[in-house]
Formats: sequence, structure tokens, C-alpha cells
Amino acid sequence: MINKVLIANRGEIAARVIRTCKKMGIQTVAVYSEADQKAPFVALADESYLLGPPRVNESYLNTDKILQIAKRADVDAIHPGYGFLSENAVFAQKCQDEGLIFIGPAGEIMQKMGSKIAARKTMQQAGVPVVPGTEGGVASVEEALQIAKGIGYPIMLKASAGGGGIGMQVVQSDAELAKAFASNSKRAENFFGDGAMFMEKKLEHARHVEIQILADNDGNAVHLFERECSIQRRNQKVVEEAPSPFISEKTRKKMGETAVKAAKAIGYTNAGTIEFLVDENENFYFLEMNTRIQVEHAITEEITGLDIVEEQLNIANGKALTIDQDTLTIKGHAIEVRIYAEDPVTFYPSPGHITTMQAPTGDHIRNELAVTSDYDVTPFYDPMIGKLIVTGETRQEAISGLKTALESYHIDGIKTNIPMLKAVIDHDQFKAGNTTTAFVQEYYLPMIKTN
Amino acid sequence: MMEVKASMAGSVWKVTVKEGEQVQEDQDIVILESMKMEIPIGAEDEGTVKEIKVAEGDFVNEGDVIAIIE
Repeated sequence: MINKVLIANRGEIAARVIRTCKKMGIQTVAVYSEADQKAPFVALADESYLLGPPRVNESYLNTDKILQIAKRADVDAIHPGYGFLSENAVFAQKCQDEGLIFIGPAGEIMQKMGSKIAARKTMQQAGVPVVPGTEGGVASVEEALQIAKGIGYPIMLKASAGGGGIGMQVVQSDAELAKAFASNSKRAENFFGDGAMFMEKKLEHARHVEIQILADNDGNAVHLFERECSIQRRNQKVVEEAPSPFISEKTRKKMGETAVKAAKAIGYTNAGTIEFLVDENENFYFLEMNTRIQVEHAITEEITGLDIVEEQLNIANGKALTIDQDTLTIKGHAIEVRIYAEDPVTFYPSPGHITTMQAPTGDHIRNELAVTSDYDVTPFYDPMIGKLIVTGETRQEAISGLKTALESYHIDGIKTNIPMLKAVIDHDQFKAGNTTTAFVQEYYLPMIKTN
Repeated sequence: MMEVKASMAGSVWKVTVKEGEQVQEDQDIVILESMKMEIPIGAEDEGTVKEIKVAEGDFVNEGDVIAIIE
């Protein structure tokens, strides 16, 4: 039984996990770096322990130190949140070796899905369609150029071990591919310790639609419908919504069933997400699987009424799912925007001191925040400082509520992307549901150039 | 004389040239890292690196002078 959980993460997701643990009567332990001493999540936990200096290798990725603290604090389980150690199979195994429950899937499943090349193969074998591309890793620039002749430009060059958009680039020509191959491979090597690259056909005007699944240890699995996460900058999501304004009921059902079939085929357990690209004709192709909770889980919670962290804890506790597919329904519409500490025009990071921070409140508003007033946003971690989630009976109602909420959002001292978010959700193409992965390039960037 | 300035706040991840080195237009001088993003800062014109004002690991603010090129 899980009575005490260590949250091996920081920011809003640490606070989010703590909230559900408190609701379930589970004790919580926070770990934090020197840069995060004043972070809200540290004070929220029942106990908190300093990990070390700000740099991630010395703090949030320091597995030995985290496990030492877990032992010292006498916890039963570790929740990894997202990012950091959440998809680290070695860490999941280490937890198990130490007699701790890792709240997530087994290490070997994580490993299979962690390599994008291996994941493509596994999904193909499970009968899930994949984007045309290379079957294995691409060893050299020469080989990449040869393969490009067969696939045709534009091509998406990707790091096999990549995440968060790192090591990923769209290339339009041989010259661009030659330049991008070496630099992205090197970057992936630096960030993930694995420079393996692969190539996929870049689908133009595609949408990024993903299916949230839950699977227990008894072989039961359900999907919690889709999230549309097409609006991205630097290959990172900015606006997410559930359900998708584009896909039909028939495609929704087919995608959900495919995701459940894939999860069962690989013996997946806990919460996970299968990401797809969807073309203009509603054909969908496997992109990757995230073997963890995601930033955008909140919108699924809003439309299904479930608490996904609670489901994760129950599954980790060996409980069978208490929900079945037939009883799950979509209620209303939810949109999430990520508040980033960054320049809204260049998308460059903007660390600094927040003097004032006022988030909107209301019946249909949910805030997941990592910062407060009088707070230093450091350059050491991801620029996301909070999420704003607004719900409505309809998509129009959610957009309208979001617009009002963003207008009363107030952050002084650093630059944020709030002006960008306002412009995006106020754009006619967004209102019409024309949200493809090219939205920022096609509509937002030309708009700010004109203004 | 030309000043190479930081286009964002962050830490210096790598200095890619040495003082006295001849550089071309757009050649990377340093790579800055901030919030999981790397930004190469390049020379605006060709010349010789007269002075590098930062070392790897240093923190710079937007607009800080990183190097001087003659």
C-alpha cells in the first residue's frame, strides 16, 4: 500500500501530484534544488529535502541522492511527474530494486517506447499506422541524403531519444539536411546521451492529436478520448484542447480503439499517451508514446471528470480500473494554455524576478502554477511557469472564457507569452478550428510582423 | 570594432572561438543556454576576436557584451 510518496520533480506538476495525494490521505515528500528553495511546491509537501545545486545533473536527475532521500524519508513510492526521470527506465528499475513503487509503467516498456525508432517498429507490429520513414537509425549524413531521395522533402529529422523538441528539425533540401544532421545528432548526444537519428516524411497541414490511456495490472485498458495539441512553437505545445475541433466521432472511436489495442499489445500499465499526426482526410499515424503523465492531462480531467493522478496511484497500488469504456463520456470543452517565461515574439527565454503575479479565478477556471509574486524564475529549467485551463459547455464558450481570463492575467517583472496566447485564441482561424501544427508559422508570426 | 551581445539571458554553455582567431560573418562565438534552449551567438561581420568577455558557465543578461571583434 502506498502511504507516503516522494515526488521526484518540481514546479506545477509537483504541486499537482501533492494535491491529489493530500486528497487520498497519502503523505508527501518534496525534493528541491537550491534554485527552488522558495518554490510553492516545497512548502505544500509534508516534508521537503534539499537535493543540491540548481543544475539538473546535481539535483533533479541525481538518482542516487533521490533514492537516499526516499530511504531516509521512508516513502513507499516515487512519482516522477513529467520530464526529468519520468521516462528513465534505469531509474524505474532502481526504484524497484530498492523496494519502492515507481508510479508509471515497467522499465522495459518504458525502454521500448523511449527509443522512437524501436517504438515505431513495435507499433507497426501491433497494427498501428506509422508515418513513412526510416526503419532504423541513420548512421551518417551520406546515408541520410540517400534516404531523403526515397522519402522526398519536406522531411522531419528526429533524435531517437529526443523529447521536448530537442534534436528535431524540419528540413526542406539536401543542403539543409546535411547541415541539420550533424548538429542535431550532437545536440541529442549532449542532452540524452544518444545521438541516434531517424527520418520521417513531414506531413504538411497535419494536426497533433493524442489519446490518453489508462491501463491496470489486470489487463484492463481504457482511453480517455483525445487532446488536440497542434499549436506549438519550437516543436513544443502552447495551446491544447479537448476534444479536438476537427476529428469526427467515427475517427475518435477508431483512434481510441487503436490506442487501447496498442497499449494492450505492449503490456502497458499506468497512465500513458499515444501521440498521432492526423492529416486533412483524418488518416492518423503513430508519432510516439509518452509513458508518463503529461503537461496537458488537465484538459482530459476536465472533460471526463476523472483525476488522472488518482488513477495513477490506484494502478500503482495494484487496484483494477473502476471505469469502463462504455461509461466514459465527454462533457463540455476544455482549453489549456501554457504560460511561458519567454519573449512572445522571438520565443527566447526570459528568466528574472516576478514582482507581481495575479492569476484569474472563477467557476470554469483552473490554474496550475509554479510561481508566485516576488519570485525568481531561474534559467535552469523549462520556461513553463503555469497553466491556465478554462472549460465551457461548448468550444465557443471555452474560448470566450479563456479570452476573459487571459485579459485579467497579470505578471510583472519578466516577459511572458501571454500576448501570444491572446493573439492565437482571438485569431479567426483558431476560432474556426483550423489548428494545424503550422498555425504559428502560418498565422501568428506573419501577424506580429505586420503589427 | 564590433561588440557581440547576448540576445537572451542565460549561461554560457560553450565558447567556440579563441582570442586572436579570425572569424567569418555568422560564425558562432558562444552558445548560450537558458531554460533548456541553446542559442548560438554569431559574429555580425568578419574580423579578429580581440577579446572574449565571458567564460563557460558564466551567466549573462540580455544585451551584455560577450566578445569584441576588430
